[in-house]
Amino acid sequence: MRYLPKSPAERERMLAEIGTASIDDLFAVIPPEYRLARDLEVPRQQAESEIVEYFRAAGAKNSTSYASFLGAGAYRHYRPVIIDALVQRGEFLTSYTPYQAEITQGTLQAIFEFQTMIAELTGMDVANASMYDGSTGAAEAVLMAMRVTGRHKAVVAATVHPEYREVLHTYLQHREMPTALVGYDAKTGRLDLAALEAAVTEETAAVLVQSPNFFGVIEDIPAMAAIAHTRGALLVVSIAEAVSLGVVRPPVEADIVSMEAQSFGVALSYGGPFCGVIAAKEQYVRQMPGRLAGQTVDGNGNRGFVLTLATREQHIRREKATSNICTNQALVALMATIFLSVYGQEGIRELAEHNLAKADYAAKTLGAQPGAKLLFTGAPRFHEFVLQTEEAPAAWSQRLLGEKIVGGVELSRWYPELKNATLWCATEVVTREQIDTAARTLAAKPVEA
Amino acid sequence: MAINMEPAGSRTTGKVRLHPTQNEALLFEKSAPGKRAYKLPPLDVPAADAATLLGEAHRKTAAALPELSEIEIIRHFTRLSTWNYAIDLGMYPLGSCTMKYNPRVNEFVSRIEGLAEAHPYRPESHAQGVLEIIDLLQRCLLEITGMDAITLQPAAGAHGEFTGILLVRAWHESQGNPRRRILIPDSAHGTNPATAAICGYTVENLKSNADGGIDLDALARQVDGETAALMLTNPSTLGVFENQIHKIADILHEKGALLYMDGANMNALVGKVRPGDFGVDVMHLNLHKTFSTPHGGGGPGSGPVACKAFLEPFLPTPVLVRKAGNNGLSELHWEYDRPQSVGRVRAFYGNTGMFIRALAYILANGPDGLRQTTEDAVLNANYIRKKLEDLYELPYKTPSMHEVVFSDKRQLVHGVKTGDIAKRLIDYGFHPYTVSFPLIVHGALMIEPTESESLEELDLFIEAMRAIAREVEETPELVKTAPHSTRVSRLDEVQAARKPVLRWRPAE
Repeated sequence: MRYLPKSPAERERMLAEIGTASIDDLFAVIPPEYRLARDLEVPRQQAESEIVEYFRAAGAKNSTSYASFLGAGAYRHYRPVIIDALVQRGEFLTSYTPYQAEITQGTLQAIFEFQTMIAELTGMDVANASMYDGSTGAAEAVLMAMRVTGRHKAVVAATVHPEYREVLHTYLQHREMPTALVGYDAKTGRLDLAALEAAVTEETAAVLVQSPNFFGVIEDIPAMAAIAHTRGALLVVSIAEAVSLGVVRPPVEADIVSMEAQSFGVALSYGGPFCGVIAAKEQYVRQMPGRLAGQTVDGNGNRGFVLTLATREQHIRREKATSNICTNQALVALMATIFLSVYGQEGIRELAEHNLAKADYAAKTLGAQPGAKLLFTGAPRFHEFVLQTEEAPAAWSQRLLGEKIVGGVELSRWYPELKNATLWCATEVVTREQIDTAARTLAAKPVEA
Repeated sequence: MAINMEPAGSRTTGKVRLHPTQNEALLFEKSAPGKRAYKLPPLDVPAADAATLLGEAHRKTAAALPELSEIEIIRHFTRLSTWNYAIDLGMYPLGSCTMKYNPRVNEFVSRIEGLAEAHPYRPESHAQGVLEIIDLLQRCLLEITGMDAITLQPAAGAHGEFTGILLVRAWHESQGNPRRRILIPDSAHGTNPATAAICGYTVENLKSNADGGIDLDALARQVDGETAALMLTNPSTLGVFENQIHKIADILHEKGALLYMDGANMNALVGKVRPGDFGVDVMHLNLHKTFSTPHGGGGPGSGPVACKAFLEPFLPTPVLVRKAGNNGLSELHWEYDRPQSVGRVRAFYGNTGMFIRALAYILANGPDGLRQTTEDAVLNANYIRKKLEDLYELPYKTPSMHEVVFSDKRQLVHGVKTGDIAKRLIDYGFHPYTVSFPLIVHGALMIEPTESESLEELDLFIEAMRAIAREVEETPELVKTAPHSTRVSRLDEVQAARKPVLRWRPAE
């Protein structure tokens, strides 16, 4: 076996040193009736070339080189090549949680830089080292708000990613923490502020909203913060599209921000691994879940970094911890850190403006096709838009696939009232030609006999 | 082989030799306006006026991100990387974390275009390749664990525990009573009690017996109609197999309680024994431990949950099923309509990139390689035990599986604690073992070599541990003030926590 660095003679020598006759003696503690007396029925040992061939064939079976207008919480952006060049350095890839600070300063400084960048982007004071993803991060942010306020109810916007809402439900269902859902304005696609005002009470711990919301529409964060804060509730803002922060005003009125940072240089990879992160106002840091890197000094006065405020965490506090999270998404957070260093202050703005321009062109072009119209046009949006068609999406999406284009995702699976509506996304990697082809194909409805 | 650390010499001794590392400031401190590491292609659509389109929502003040050129970014992160210890540099015997070799072919195949660029909402007919990978991995993991059904959705081990305990709860609820308590041995990982608490259960501590295992009498006394489950790590965090495991399962099942297995130590069992065969009802796996996906400085992980058939209806949605396709061929398909499901635990389907790596590892091993891997992991741990048990206290004499736990009892006489010995190991070119865990061993040294270590590396480690044991007697201060060879000495953790500095800010 090529990963095992021992010769048969060395194994024998070691057994002799241990003073045992055979390897099976070391497993004698397992009751005989449970020992597996046969080979596992898994594929036989493969050569590296066979493994590569197997996965290449699987990759080819997935459709490749299609243009895609899919977004909805997973975004295709260009990934600078130095990201993979750097994160594949063994010193990052094959290291673990930096508990031994003296020999993990590289990871710790990079986390500190990540925390700083996320705080800068979101307009918050502090950010943690990462969470699993945007969905679990949003749920943990709501739980954090409950610890801060000592209240046990949440108000959730219907415009939060539906799968994030499902995860929140899973996290809250056994804790007697009821949630109220607030709908959206049918014209603007924004959260219904009057309904929000009615739903928030003196018992509300958190108001969870998303911006840009699931329809791509930017929410009125200052108004929501005012409503939440009047009743003593915290405003938790979920951001599923991190690149939006290059051009969209950060939610500075929020108390906690939960962000999915996948857009910062992380491959789609069929939905994971992604990179959640929680940022917050400084006064709430001791209720934060997850790891935090902090600056300190060593015995000689040199600057150094350590994991800190660990008394919040499960390995110290056990059942009284702020969360059970242990392993997070460190290497993916490193990808995001490198991505943000490549684009920098100017680049992230320019990148976001390109997204804005592509989506604006795509929305106008697709929305102008016969039998198609844009929904939710009364409020600003980033790079996603909702298109409603007379023809059923199942029909035109087949035509688009024939042109090697994947169109928008159907919304009726989550919003039954939005019949024949699809959510489209145009990032910087979508070309004008692809948009024009999609528009032509969409319009080319076969004439009914 | 005592290493002379004063003054720092250039003599090669054993595994290490000192060499300088480079200083490197924070990205923000190196930034200068106007530097660029990117270039966007020309815009092929009309430029958008952001201020007009966004109105009030337009960002007026840019985020203060650093501005650097590409070579500076490469050097920055490369220099930082040289400050890290890693499996690729040497033995990383961090007990319970299973720091084994992370094969590079795993990284290569996870980046194949058709897999890395697959959007989670693409039509299923255009995602059959990745679904087949998921399906094959699921079938392999079920065979390895001897369980009946599985979900790959959880993002890490603790997330898997959460999912598994939700299944337990859903099952009890379907029987009319969710029950109130989860039993957890005092040797368990901190994630176990934290998980039970977030699932709405009270944690009841189960004291270990004289061998560090489950005390059957205590268990029988403590299990009652309000016990939902026992969360058991097997082999335990002492690296000891619970040889009374069938009796444990029987005691629980008689009272209607379930047996949850924390699969953190599954690497001691693969190919030799299957949890599904010894009475486990539900368990999680850590793909980043047993199945070689990289730890990456703290993640990403992946924590699949496998269960017996009676728990299958409660698995998180969606579940992968095979159905007849359009042209008579079967197709893989995500099934969402599962009324008894505990719900989603994560958006999309899980850390798919980790599934690809874990499957590549299983394929590279095959049944013979997987078994040999387990055997070598156990062989290495027992070899270390044999070679160190004369110098370090072995609090439990029970046979070791994949890891061995000593205590610092004999070194404490000289005022040296497990944490000091761990720091001194760094000077000998090794990552420390796990310090002060499990909690049932006072001053624990938890050593897990994994199968990835050659005899040569093991002998160097043993030599280092023996040399340190001598130093403890002869020059304890040298050990208590270690490490002496790193670019920073022991860091002030008290100051870090008392006055937290969690981000960089420009000097005022």
